[in-house]
Amino acid sequence: MKTAVVLLPGLNRDRDMIAALRTITGKKPVTVWQTETALPDVDLVVVPGGFSFGDYLRAGAIAARSPVMRAVADAAAKGVPVLGVCNGFQILCEAGLLPGALMRNAALRFVCREVKLEVVNARTRFSTAYEEGQIIRCPVAHHDGNYFADDATLKSLKDDGQIVFRYAEGTNPNGAIHDIAGIVNKAGNVLGMMPHPENLVEPEHGGTDGRGIFESLLGASTSVAA
Amino acid sequence: MPTELKITPELVALHGLKPEEYERVLSLIGREPSLTELGIFSAMWNEHCSYKSSKRWLRTLPTKGERVIQGPGENAGVVDIGDGLCVVFKMESHNHPSYIEPYQGAATGVGGILRDVFTMGARPIAAMNALRFGAPDHPKTRHLVAGVVAGVGGYGNSFGVPTVGGEVNFHSRYNGNCLVNAFAAGLAKSDAIFYSEAKGVGLPVVYLGAKTGRDGVGGATMASAEFDETIEDKRPTVQVGDPFTEKCLLEACLELMQTGAVIAIQDMGAAGLTCSAVEMGAKGGLGIELDLNAVPVREDGMTPYEMMLSESQERMLMVLDPDKRAEAEAIFVKWGLDFAIVGKTTDDLRFRVLFDGQEVANLPIRELGDEAPEYDRPWVEPKPRPVISASDVPAPSDCGAALLSLLGSPDLCSRRWVFEQYDTMIQGNSLQRPGGDAGVVRVDGHATKALAFSSDVTPRYCEADPYQGGAQAVAECWRNLCAVGAEPLAATDNLNFGNPEKPELMGQFVKAVEGIGAACNALAFPIVSGNVSLYNETHGQAILPTPTIGGVGLIEDRTKTARIDSLKSGDVLFLVGADGSHIGASAYLATIEDREDGTPPPVDLAVEKRNGDFVRSVIAKGMVRTCHDLSDGGLAVALAELAMASRLGADIEAGDGPDHAILFGEDQARYVVALAPDDAQRFEAAARDAGVPIRRLGTAGGDRLRIAGRLDLTVRAMTVANESWFPSYMSGTLVEPPAAA
Repeated sequence: MKTAVVLLPGLNRDRDMIAALRTITGKKPVTVWQTETALPDVDLVVVPGGFSFGDYLRAGAIAARSPVMRAVADAAAKGVPVLGVCNGFQILCEAGLLPGALMRNAALRFVCREVKLEVVNARTRFSTAYEEGQIIRCPVAHHDGNYFADDATLKSLKDDGQIVFRYAEGTNPNGAIHDIAGIVNKAGNVLGMMPHPENLVEPEHGGTDGRGIFESLLGASTSVAA
Repeated sequence: MPTELKITPELVALHGLKPEEYERVLSLIGREPSLTELGIFSAMWNEHCSYKSSKRWLRTLPTKGERVIQGPGENAGVVDIGDGLCVVFKMESHNHPSYIEPYQGAATGVGGILRDVFTMGARPIAAMNALRFGAPDHPKTRHLVAGVVAGVGGYGNSFGVPTVGGEVNFHSRYNGNCLVNAFAAGLAKSDAIFYSEAKGVGLPVVYLGAKTGRDGVGGATMASAEFDETIEDKRPTVQVGDPFTEKCLLEACLELMQTGAVIAIQDMGAAGLTCSAVEMGAKGGLGIELDLNAVPVREDGMTPYEMMLSESQERMLMVLDPDKRAEAEAIFVKWGLDFAIVGKTTDDLRFRVLFDGQEVANLPIRELGDEAPEYDRPWVEPKPRPVISASDVPAPSDCGAALLSLLGSPDLCSRRWVFEQYDTMIQGNSLQRPGGDAGVVRVDGHATKALAFSSDVTPRYCEADPYQGGAQAVAECWRNLCAVGAEPLAATDNLNFGNPEKPELMGQFVKAVEGIGAACNALAFPIVSGNVSLYNETHGQAILPTPTIGGVGLIEDRTKTARIDSLKSGDVLFLVGADGSHIGASAYLATIEDREDGTPPPVDLAVEKRNGDFVRSVIAKGMVRTCHDLSDGGLAVALAELAMASRLGADIEAGDGPDHAILFGEDQARYVVALAPDDAQRFEAAARDAGVPIRRLGTAGGDRLRIAGRLDLTVRAMTVANESWFPSYMSGTLVEPPAAA
């Protein structure tokens, strides 16, 4: 699987993501700098986490207007899988590739801890390696992860199976509405999620529950830790 | 030379220079200085930059070792970790700014220490923070805790370094002067370290990073004075941090260093452009000429005085190989940062500053640093305190209630509220995160190695006996590294004390440094970098003497480590070291008896070394996978912490003796370890061979911690007590910890 990682100034989990992709796909991802207007031909585009442009103004708002994000939008429109994690999720929302918004955490503080996620929809191309209803571990680290959308959007997210991950077992760390942790677009090829699966992909991370997202994309049906 | 202002004694005093120091300026340059020159002297000769009161004592510390590549005197210390790699680290205080403006003060403290590390060519891989606040019931404390913790997180999280350890303490002696000591460590190739020594005449001096504004003008001078009620007026001397720019600066600098363009590089920290330029020139035996019209500025109408003293953040100065100029500039353009040639190196050993075609300063560069005043301040031996023996203190009527009180006390309760605001896992290499004995981080790209980090000091011990307290800070740091199985390599010291012009306080400093030196020598744990923060007092009330020690250890095989949360049912628990006996200056005495008297536990460095070497050896053999050091609160608190972290109880026989001494005595050089029952005999034999006293404590299992004849608590009750204090306190809903379960 060929992958590309978008690089924007201020992102800081790009190295984590590159390492995870390399470990799991066996190939080093291509990196694409913010000023580039075209993406290489790849099977997955990732917008990693961090604080693009310092998250000054609003998390992801400035990054969403960078040249490379127009290229990401074009690729998404062509059906190329796009994964946005943390700041990447915020950027995809700000760019209009995903519905809703990520507000400041309910406690108004940054939070870094491990949470539980329920796999709500195991039929997306990002989640087939999991079972529906499976509970997985995953770390979070963010200041603005409080997902919100209006009632109509929430209804369509639910009706169309766009909610992929939900915080489970009372571990919602940020007040996100309906415990939403990760969603896909209607076409099912753009996933945004606040938790960091890339930080839980090898035994030395203390678990491998995050691998499933990448392995789903790989098409490998190898199971992950239950 | 234009003199903008008449130099009066009042103006000299406003610059923090004593009359005799000003006389020294006059005799050095043979004329009255310009205002800009006065500002430069003030910046170079204040306590913060010149170490004029401490230098004489700092020279006594051991700074060399087989693995030490660079000791004190550079931006950070450098220690070899083998295979062509090295760890670069330092700890530095940002106390005064954090008290005035907690968020920005703490944030820029983190920013400054990160810059010290990556200036040397190292990518930061770990951070820690040692924080001391006033009494919880002091009206300012909650505000300071909230602001400082958010500031530390706000900067470090955005920059992208995992915060893997630290300390938080409360004591009324910090009411008017909190402490924020920031540690950072980076990883570099041993053959690609960058230094500040300028080389070559006529080479361009380049300004990198963010623009210069009026923020922080005179910050270092402010940090070298005592506080009074006018501190609120000093808010403009606190700088504002921009972690986004710093992150870009990191990436740009590391890219730049790859090109071979950097001849010398120095970050602009305290006293900004002045200190960095003088340091680069003086170290290289060269003069520096700066043209301030070329300095990128954020505001109009800045004077040379303001530019030379600005402490705007996220800036660097370097000497550039002129052949690589285009390549170097392109990198900074890519990252959206300023790149400006602001001067050149010269061969005349003068520090010359030009503005609008006029010379606004022309000073001898070496003397600015070397001829700074140095004091042998009068000091008196601290008064020894009476020893308190356990029989002088009533035994607890209910050992379980006493343990719960300790676990729920401000100094011993869980710091989860704090460390969950720090990104502890970014970079994907954190093997042990806060909550254990030391933070452990994988060496990125290396198959087997990891590094361990710990920050320690027990200020109430230092207050009771500065020598023992200084030695104990080093010993505890060394012990925490041993407890995870790391070989302690070297340390950085952040010495926070009161006004050195008071002989009693200078005595605390002198004796603490002596204790630190003795311990570092005995444990082969050299000091490779550090920082001194004096004048930490308000209204004449000094802080507790607080020499924070930040230590770094090396784990050769990261599959052979120990941690606090890996206790398994059926594991056999052992105490390594002697039974508890010492109750003076203990957490028990302070929390249960509300007394802070007595002597601290004596540190026997030979025993410390023997026991630590033994613990490391059994961890390296794979025999011990669970370990925790004994410190505040003694054996009972250590067992409770193991049980809470592992969510598992234990049945314990703790031996004969007064309950409070056995359970809560803070005797040094001790650990609790756990191992599989099959290994118990082998372990006992190894201890015998090493001459290390051990006690078989009992077996892990169930959901209660039972200490025979003394206490019986559910792990849950202990956890509730331990986890409740911080969130309740910060939300303003503090309730008394629950009674014994």
